[in-house]
Formats: sequence, structure tokens, C-alpha cells
Amino acid sequence: MLHRFANPTRFLRLSAALLPWTAGLTLILLIAGLFLALFGSPADYQQGETVRIMYVHVPAAWMALFCYSCMAGASAVGLIWKHPLADMAAKATAPIGTCFTFLALVTGSLWGKPMWGAWWVWDARLTSVLILFFLYLGYMALHNAFDDPTRGARSAAILALVGFVNVPIIKFSVDWWNTLHQPSSVVKAGGPAIHPSMLTPLLLMGLAFTTYYLWVLLLRLRAEIVAGKVRAVRLRRAHG
Amino acid sequence: MKRKHRRLTFVFLGFLLVATAAALVLTAFEDNIVFFHSPTDVVEKKLPPDRRMRIGGLVEEGSVEKNVGEARVTFRITDLANTVKVTYRGLLPDLFREGQGVVAEGRLRDGIFHADEVLAKHDENYMPPEVADALKKSGKWKHLEEALGDAGPLKGETRK
Repeated sequence: MLHRFANPTRFLRLSAALLPWTAGLTLILLIAGLFLALFGSPADYQQGETVRIMYVHVPAAWMALFCYSCMAGASAVGLIWKHPLADMAAKATAPIGTCFTFLALVTGSLWGKPMWGAWWVWDARLTSVLILFFLYLGYMALHNAFDDPTRGARSAAILALVGFVNVPIIKFSVDWWNTLHQPSSVVKAGGPAIHPSMLTPLLLMGLAFTTYYLWVLLLRLRAEIVAGKVRAVRLRRAHG
Repeated sequence: MKRKHRRLTFVFLGFLLVATAAALVLTAFEDNIVFFHSPTDVVEKKLPPDRRMRIGGLVEEGSVEKNVGEARVTFRITDLANTVKVTYRGLLPDLFREGQGVVAEGRLRDGIFHADEVLAKHDENYMPPEVADALKKSGKWKHLEEALGDAGPLKGETRK
């Protein structure tokens, strides 16, 4: 089953069919989510209008973790079963995850100043997310550090797997230690601590970010496969 | 054993080792990873005086005294078991108010905490103001314990 979809030619056909759907869904969800987040939802009882930063910050942070988990999963498949497509997927995910992590860090900083009174503090949540950002950067650097792309892919995959221990640390940092960052509001025992009128735009934005990831991932994977074909043709010409 | 299976075992065991190492390191450094100490920690752990640290908890109701001429504020931070008196000179964050979570950074001298920075800590509850008012009226307001989160010894207790 996995082998069926791991075939690059079949993947090109499948992804061509999926691309317009992911792009369209992203657009619709983003417009609906942003409209509800900026105009269609109430201000918070405590934070006022500043709470609207949450609708970008929280989905970006979710995606930072989700992309890393996908990257680590794909790296493991690439390492163990040697699927070329899995390696490509891990490599293609890295820059997307980096951008989401950066977005979460920047919006968090902009949110922290008016609410906490500080742009940045070294509490467990913020520090572990900063480490996640550096793990992404390290992954990309290591991937490109070798002349032989397969060696680069293998080293980077090992780094991605080692760095995966940071993912549960980020998620549970607010429960394990005293932090300035508040505990999670959505995924928690006893149901979400967010009023439904605010939860809806938040989830819509989360979905929009997810389809955006899928869309860009498909685009990047296709580009990577085509680039590989071009390389193969050039090699054949040079040697033939 | 096939090569594939060997690699699978290797990755699995390797990850287990790394995770164990991370868990050991984080447990060993627990006191340094916490962002702030609660007033109970200050009393029980006998934290060394004159060391820079952060104390977190709730601003005790009715404890805030503002000295307008000096821009100095004194208040008490409580975890509902113990309290620490804090004196601070400077701008307070917008969210600072009685009953609100705060984290103060500074030094403890003669039983008074001299803060040079005060940060506000908010909880994970988000709701429109009307809902908050309705909850307060019906007596279902759990603001205090939620704001404390894991900070205090009160976790699990219910409080109106």
C-alpha cells in the first residue's frame, strides 16, 4: 500500500489531482477563519482586542509541532525503509515548519509585550520552541552540508529523530514546570477552556494552516521530483 | 533478521536512549527550569537571601498600596497558603490587578521582596466579557485556581 504511493510517477499524477483542491480549501478556510477571527468574534473579557493575536499564534505553534512530527516520521520511514519519497517529504517539510515556528515566535513576542509586559522570557515553553526553531535550521544546514545527497539526507534524518524528543517537551512544558506561558486551552482534560465563539475561528485557522501545509508540501515535492528527472536526463546526456 | 528490521530496531532503541537521557537531564535540572517559585517554596525551601529569583502567584485581594508620589507599589503575592510582601517601583503591566496572576523578579531582603520587574500571567480561559459576568453572577467562577495552574499546592481543590 505504502509502496503504491511511494512511486514518484504515480505520486505526480495523484498530486496533480490534489493540488487545486488543497489550494482552494486553503483559500476558503483562510478567508472564513480570518473574517471570523478579526470581525466575527468577541473581544476577550481580560485581554480585550489583543486576544486576536491568538488566531494566528496558536495555529502557527500547532503547525510548528505538526510539521516537525511529520518531518521526523518521514525521516524514520526514509531511514528504515529507504523510500525516496519519504526523504523528499522530510526535506520539503523543513522550510515550511521553520516558517510556522518563526511566525509563532514573532506573534508570541508581539502578544507577550502588551499582556505579560515582556517581549521574551526564558521560561520552559518559550525556550523549548526556540530550540525547535534551531533544530529546523540545523536540519536544513545538515541536509546541504554533504556533496553526496544521500549522506546528507541520512545525517539530517538522524538529527530530526533525535530532535523529536523536544516535541513532547514543548507540549507538556506548561504542565511540568512553572512557566509564564499559560497552559493549553484547547487540548486539555475537561474540554476546551475557550468560548465556542472564539474556538470556531481558531479551529478554522488551524485547518487553513494544515491545508496550506499540504498544498505547499505537494508543490515542493513535485518540484523536487521534476528536478531529479532533469538531473537524470542531464547525466544520461553527459555520459551517453 | 533482515536489514530493514535491524534498522528499525536500531532507530527505536536509539530514540529510547535519547528520550531517557533527556528525561534524566530535565529531572536533574528541574529547579533551574521552573520560571518562578511560589511563596510556599520561599518559606519551605529556605531559598538563599540576596539571590536573584522570581516569585509567582496571585496578587492578594486588598493588598495593593500605591504610593503615587514615588511611583512605588507594594502588594502581597499569595498562593493561598503563604504570602510574600513585594515592593516595586516602575510601570505595571496592563493586566496587573488584585486576584490576577503575576511573576515578580528581584531579591528577597529582610522578608520583603524587592522587585525590579513585574510580569502579568494570564490563564488559559478565553471568553467574551458578557460570559465572564454571567459566570461570576452564577457563582461558577473558577478564576483563582485556574490562574494558579500548577504553581500552587492547590491543584485539584475546588474553590468558588
